Amino acid sequence: MLTNIISISLGAILINNFIFSQFLGCCPFLGCSSKVETATGMGLAVVFVMGLASAICWVINEYLLVALHLEFLQTLAFILVIAALVQFVEMFLKKSVPSLYSALGIYLPLITTNCAVLGVVLLNVQNNYNFLESLVYGITGGLGFMLAIVLFASVRERIEFSDYPECFEGFPICLVSAALLALAFMGFSGMKIF
Amino acid sequence: MNIKKQFKEGLITNNPVLVQLIGMCATMAITTTLFNGVGMGLSVLIILTCCNVAVSAIRKIIPNEIRLAIFVVIIAGFVTIVDLLLKAYIPALSDALGVFIPLIVVNCIIIGRAEAFCQKNTVGASFFDGIFQGLGYTLVLIVMCIFRELIGSGRFGGGLIDIANGFRLTMDGTGAGIQIFPETFGASIMTLPFGGFLTLGLLIAVMQYALKKSAKKQELKAQAEKEVDE
Repeated sequence: MLTNIISISLGAILINNFIFSQFLGCCPFLGCSSKVETATGMGLAVVFVMGLASAICWVINEYLLVALHLEFLQTLAFILVIAALVQFVEMFLKKSVPSLYSALGIYLPLITTNCAVLGVVLLNVQNNYNFLESLVYGITGGLGFMLAIVLFASVRERIEFSDYPECFEGFPICLVSAALLALAFMGFSGMKIF
Repeated sequence: MNIKKQFKEGLITNNPVLVQLIGMCATMAITTTLFNGVGMGLSVLIILTCCNVAVSAIRKIIPNEIRLAIFVVIIAGFVTIVDLLLKAYIPALSDALGVFIPLIVVNCIIIGRAEAFCQKNTVGASFFDGIFQGLGYTLVLIVMCIFRELIGSGRFGGGLIDIANGFRLTMDGTGAGIQIFPETFGASIMTLPFGGFLTLGLLIAVMQYALKKSAKKQELKAQAEKEVDE
C-alpha cells in the first residue's frame, strides 16, 4: 500500500509531470507564469482544488454514477462538480480566510477551465484508483503542476532581460523555453520505481 | 458578416491557436501522428459547430448571470455524444486520443467562441464561424503532425495512409504511412513532449513574422498612396 502511494506520488510529481509529459493545464501554465509570486498562488490554488475534486468526484462516481449505471454522464457530472466546487471554495475563502482569497485573486475562477483538474479526475477513473490513491494522485499531481509553473516563472523572469529574435516575442519564446524544461524533465522518465 | 471574411479570419488572421493563442494543451499533446491530428481536429470542428449553433439559437433567453454554466452544460453534452460515437465506430481513435476527447469540454476555443461570437450573432453566422474556426484548428494540428512525424520518425501520414493494401485511407489507425527516410535517422525527441512545445513555439513565431510583415507592407502601401494623393 505504502509503496503504491509513493510510486503514485513520484510518478505524478516527476516522471509523468502533468505539464511536461502529459500536457494537462498548459493554458494557466503559460498564462499565469510571468511572475514567481502569481505562479505560486496559482499553484497552491490548483493543489487545493485538484485534491478536493479528486476526492469528491471519486465518491460521486462510485456511489452515484457507477451504482446507477450512468457512467456515460461522467464528463458532464465531473465538470459540474468542479465548477460548483470552485465556486464554493471561492465563497468559503472569501468569508473565512480573506487573506488567502485576495492572494489567489482571479486565479480561483479560472481553475474551472483548467484541464489538469478535469484531467486528474478522468485519469482516476481510467486507472481504477481507490479513494486514497485518487486523493494522493490529485494532491501530488497539483504539486507537480506547482513545481512546473514556479520553475517556469523563474525562467521567464530571466527571459525578459535577454535578447531573442523579434518575431519570437511573447508566447513563442516561452514555448521554446518550456520545451527545454520538458527536456530536463525527460531525464526522470528513466527513473524506475521499485 | 460575409462568409469570405469569416473564412480568412478562421484560417489565418484570427486563427484560434496561432493568433488567439487558446486551446493549446491538446494541440501539443496529440500531434504525434497524422491520424490523431485529423481525428482530433474533426472532432473539435463538429463539437464547435454544434455548440455554436445551439448557443446562438438560445442566446436571447439565457440569463446573463448563469450563461457560463449553461455553455458548459451544452458543450459537455455534445462532447459526450462525440465521445460515445467515437468509442462505438472509431475505437482506434478513441484509444489514441484517450483523455483528450472528454477534455474538449474545457478547451478554451469552444467556450471562447460561445462567449465572444455566438452571443451576439445569428445562427447562420455562428454555424459558419464554427466550421471555419474548426478548420483553422484542424489546419494547425495537421501542420504540426506532418512536421513532428517527419522529423521524428521519417514518416508521412502514420495511421491514416495505408500503402500495404493498395494506396488508401484507413480509419482504424493501422496504416503504416509513407516512409520518407529510415526511422533510425529520425530525431525521435520530436515525437516526445519536447517536440510539442518546440514545434508550436516555432509555428507561432513564423505566424507572428508573417503577420508583422504583411502589416508593414500594407502600411507602406497606404503611405505611398497618400503621397501620390498629395
